Amino acid sequence: MRPVSYSRVSDVATAIATVAADPTSAYLAGGTTKIDMLRIYAEPSQRLVDINSLPIDHIEVQPDGAVRIGGLARMNDVALAPVVVDRFPMLSEALLLGASAQLRNMASMGGNMLQRVRCSYFRDAEASCNKRAPGTGCSALAGVNRGHAVLGTSPHCIATHPSDAAVALVALDAMIHVQNSGGHHAIAIDDFFLLPGDTPEREHPLNHGDLITAIEVPALPAARNSLYLKVRDRESYEFALASAACALTVTDGVVAEVRLALGGVATKPWRARRAEQVLRGAPATRETFARAAAAEMADAVPQPMNAFKIELAQRTMIRALETLTARGEAP
Amino acid sequence: MTTAIGRPLDRVDGHAKVTGAGRYSAEIALPGLAHAVLVTSRIPSGRVELIDTYDAERAEGVLAVLHHLNLPKGGSVPPLLPSLFGAAASGQTFFPMQDEVIHYAGQHLAMVVAETLDQAEHAARLVRITYQETASITTVEQGRDRAYEAEKIFAGFIPGRIARGDVAAALDRAPVTVENSYYCAANHHNPIECSATTAVWEGDRLTLYDATQGPNATLHTVAELLNVMPSHIRVVTNYVGGSFGCKAMIWDHPALAALAARAVHRPVRLALSREQMFSSVGHREEQEQRLTLGADRDGRLTAIRHHKLSPTSHFDDWAEPSLGVASQIYACPNYEGVYNLIKANTMTPTFTRCPGEASGMFVMETAMDELAEKLDLDPLELRLRNYAETEPMTGHPWSSKGLRDCYRRGAELARWSERDPRPGTRRDGNWLLGWGMASSGYPVTPPGNPQRARARIFADGSAVVQSSFSDIGTGAATAMTQVAADGLGVPLERMRIQYGDSDLPNTAAAVGSAGAGMVSAAVHIAATALRDQLIAQAVADEHSPLHGADPRQVVVSDGRMALRDRPATGETYAELLQRAFMADAEALGTWNPPGMDTPYGTMTFGAQFAQVAVDPDLGLCRVRQLIGVFDPGRVLNRKTAHSQLMGGMLWGMSHALLEGTIMGPDGRWANASLGEYLVPVNADAPDVLIETIETTDTVVNPLGVKGVGEVGMVGTAAAIANAVWHATGRRHHKLPITIESLL
Ligand SMILES: Cc1cc2nc3c(=O)[nH]c(=O)nc-3n(C[C@H](O)[C@H](O)[C@H](O)COP(=O)(O)OP(=O)(O)OC[C@H]3O[C@@H](n4cnc5c(N)ncnc54)[C@H](O)[C@@H]3O)c2cc1C
Ligand code: SF4
Repeated sequence: MRPVSYSRVSDVATAIATVAADPTSAYLAGGTTKIDMLRIYAEPSQRLVDINSLPIDHIEVQPDGAVRIGGLARMNDVALAPVVVDRFPMLSEALLLGASAQLRNMASMGGNMLQRVRCSYFRDAEASCNKRAPGTGCSALAGVNRGHAVLGTSPHCIATHPSDAAVALVALDAMIHVQNSGGHHAIAIDDFFLLPGDTPEREHPLNHGDLITAIEVPALPAARNSLYLKVRDRESYEFALASAACALTVTDGVVAEVRLALGGVATKPWRARRAEQVLRGAPATRETFARAAAAEMADAVPQPMNAFKIELAQRTMIRALETLTARGEAP
Repeated sequence: MTTAIGRPLDRVDGHAKVTGAGRYSAEIALPGLAHAVLVTSRIPSGRVELIDTYDAERAEGVLAVLHHLNLPKGGSVPPLLPSLFGAAASGQTFFPMQDEVIHYAGQHLAMVVAETLDQAEHAARLVRITYQETASITTVEQGRDRAYEAEKIFAGFIPGRIARGDVAAALDRAPVTVENSYYCAANHHNPIECSATTAVWEGDRLTLYDATQGPNATLHTVAELLNVMPSHIRVVTNYVGGSFGCKAMIWDHPALAALAARAVHRPVRLALSREQMFSSVGHREEQEQRLTLGADRDGRLTAIRHHKLSPTSHFDDWAEPSLGVASQIYACPNYEGVYNLIKANTMTPTFTRCPGEASGMFVMETAMDELAEKLDLDPLELRLRNYAETEPMTGHPWSSKGLRDCYRRGAELARWSERDPRPGTRRDGNWLLGWGMASSGYPVTPPGNPQRARARIFADGSAVVQSSFSDIGTGAATAMTQVAADGLGVPLERMRIQYGDSDLPNTAAAVGSAGAGMVSAAVHIAATALRDQLIAQAVADEHSPLHGADPRQVVVSDGRMALRDRPATGETYAELLQRAFMADAEALGTWNPPGMDTPYGTMTFGAQFAQVAVDPDLGLCRVRQLIGVFDPGRVLNRKTAHSQLMGGMLWGMSHALLEGTIMGPDGRWANASLGEYLVPVNADAPDVLIETIETTDTVVNPLGVKGVGEVGMVGTAAAIANAVWHATGRRHHKLPITIESLL
């Protein structure tokens, strides 16, 4: 493992000051991404600043019905919080279908947003990889790329964004709250995740020392009828080959409200805006769903080993929409 | 008079394992222990042009950096010989770091030794190697044009071509034929414990703590590789965290650990990383098989033509014997089997649980299902019509065969007769349901050398039985305790088994599902020899109540010898020994196994049934139930035997649906991690129902143990693939069956 140094802080201001002062330092939350990166030499040696005792792990309901999730709230705690289970089942399910129970007890929500890609060339410190070592090339293009993205790719990087929770949060228009030495600001989640373009090493707009203090999920009544559908080779403990976070309200056979986002197929948690556009106001039929799904995937770019994802993503969207339609009809 | 054998006794080493008290080979704490880490080749073919160790040597804690330019040369590489022979058993006839030539990616090129593991790992990253790369072949596809028919495979034991009758003529005449090509991805063993060796020199004497299936195999192999007298080496294997074949042969790391320890004059631990496990201890080779079946209109097989094509290393002609059981499972007058090989830039493939049986029977049993479909016959009925009453290749009788009962009982449990033969007709919501079945078979192979054990009883009546075998997690030590207790006639609590040490009486490696049979033979012979010796002493002792009795009329239970028909007359072992002022008594047991030429077919048989659910929209296949009925001969411990069979069947499921190592275009395994090489998790495990059919076998070994280690995996993949066909109407000829092929 990379040589590291370690210290622990207990208040937000000191945490920010400590990390901001040293460009080689980094926050350490659950460590389920960070320590892996150091073990496999995918990130440089660091001075780790342990933030696990900061008081930013609460889950609070706001007066307007929004839910504010602390940056250090653990995946399992969020998944099982009654308010999340009731109001945002898709988020609860996305969390519970991720990783394993042990990991979810350790892993924080802030860390989840910043987890690194699973591309095996990114994780092989000696392979060419534009994300890890800008300008060295992308080994995945001519390599084993079954798990890679078909949406949002660039000639410089095709790695899939791995987070499940972020897919649900993108569908829910969450806000990422950030604090630094200059103060506090919030970033709309869809702007938080960056497309690789020609700078795949830049994954989000945070500056060094920026601390994720909370993730705010605005109230959305339609989200009570929502789900997260995750398709993968084995039943558990694996990242998605395709997934859909979906909320749906059907009134008189017509789609009144819909939120749809995709995981496992795109370089960022993918809000399916084209599909939503086709769906809104259209009859809630399989035919509409298929048309919407096809529209979303129209610009998908397959790689030699992952062309099946274009079809799989469409079927995943259709299944999610059909399931929610049936649920909505149930007495 | 059996009391302990067969009981579902808890593992004797269970407590030590679950509490962490048991020390595995990479956990042996020794004063002054240093750590070695391997540096491996990034390229599959070429040469090391330059090896720059400047930074590594200066890194904190580093004691030595060893490579082809400074590694002391040792002895010679022994020939490749399965470790069941009890001799040196090198996994490949190649030893690394002798010159600059690179034969395969992952080849061991250098070794860094440092004070701590972290320091050694870090310094290993600082070794910079400049390569001169040459063209490589790493897949069947790339090497197809260069394939050749092997003269012999499998260390020379199996001919590359086996023929009987006239296949071409029989196929010409056959009114019904089935012909297909099948593909199985490469597999890796992935036991939870990665291979590791801790090496300690005391003068010219070497002790190795090694994670191995055969302490003696390690001993003999390292002796030859290092040119050290076998008498000066001791190999200790306290615990092994699974193996599945990757610790069956002896690879280069035990010898490298010893060389490193010699170089730094300290004990050295060399533990392979998970990634290194993919290119250090062999694998199941990627393979293509072409199978043609000819049958008459009643479904009786008239011809089998079975050809295999697979890559092997530059050094050895190795292919797992995929044609083996597939050629023995059905009666058929005309047969032709051929192994074709490709010399490739990989290491020598090796035994991987069910080496050949799993892949070959996937092919045979899928083809039989297709034949049944063509003939409009029930798949089970087709198998019964081709039941091999004698071993088809030799005509010899079977030593025992309970397959008919396995079929019958399995069919009952699966309610096979209620199955609608038409595919794609049952639904449960989004899921299509299907049932499939297949036959199982795994050969019973005797070890190549005598097996020994020593039994010793103390004056208080407690006893120990010693034998060098290693328990790789199967429960062998528990079962042997039961065999020893029954053989000597003492209660289980008074019997201890001591094992996992080459200083103890010799056994071959626990491989090929042969461990329980061969070790139980030695343990049984030793324990009964000691019993007979003590009975003889009693009847000769005028102070014994048994004085003058016919020894054949004396029976022992609970540590007490007594007359069979007058149980009141007798005395305990303890009384006998104490009266004679004997602190202990002991006996050696030796079992001379039957030769390979024994005129019997020997095999464990079984029948498997699988129910699957397929979501054709999302490409998902989930197994809902597995049923297996087997005829393993004597069952030594019901619990551990069932666990072995269940583990085998679950691995068969994994073989069918999940496992495959992918060779990248750069000639390296692309998914060398447990995150990407998928094995089933608990959520994937279906309900598994297992039964055994009692069979008596007087040929294979004294207790009639045929073995359960691997047969559970044979046929599972075909039963699942056949069930997928039954669910969806689509045949699958490629393993694993993944989402993209089910969409
Ligand atoms: C085997 C395995 C399987 C997994 N499977 C899944 C899965 O199926 N689905 C899924 O979504 N995820 C999965 N994950 C990823 C897991 O969810 C993330 O690793 C986890 O959420 C990261 O959180 P952490 O608290 O451990 O972050 P850390 O590892 O501590 O940190 C991750 C990164 O975020 C930074 N950081 C952490 N907290 C903050 C903060 N508050 N502000 C600013 N920066 C911060 C750290 O500096 C670091 O760069 C898996 C992980 C593993 C190891
Ligand atoms: S896909 Fe992205 S992460 Fe993977 S190798 Fe290419 S640049 Fe690196």
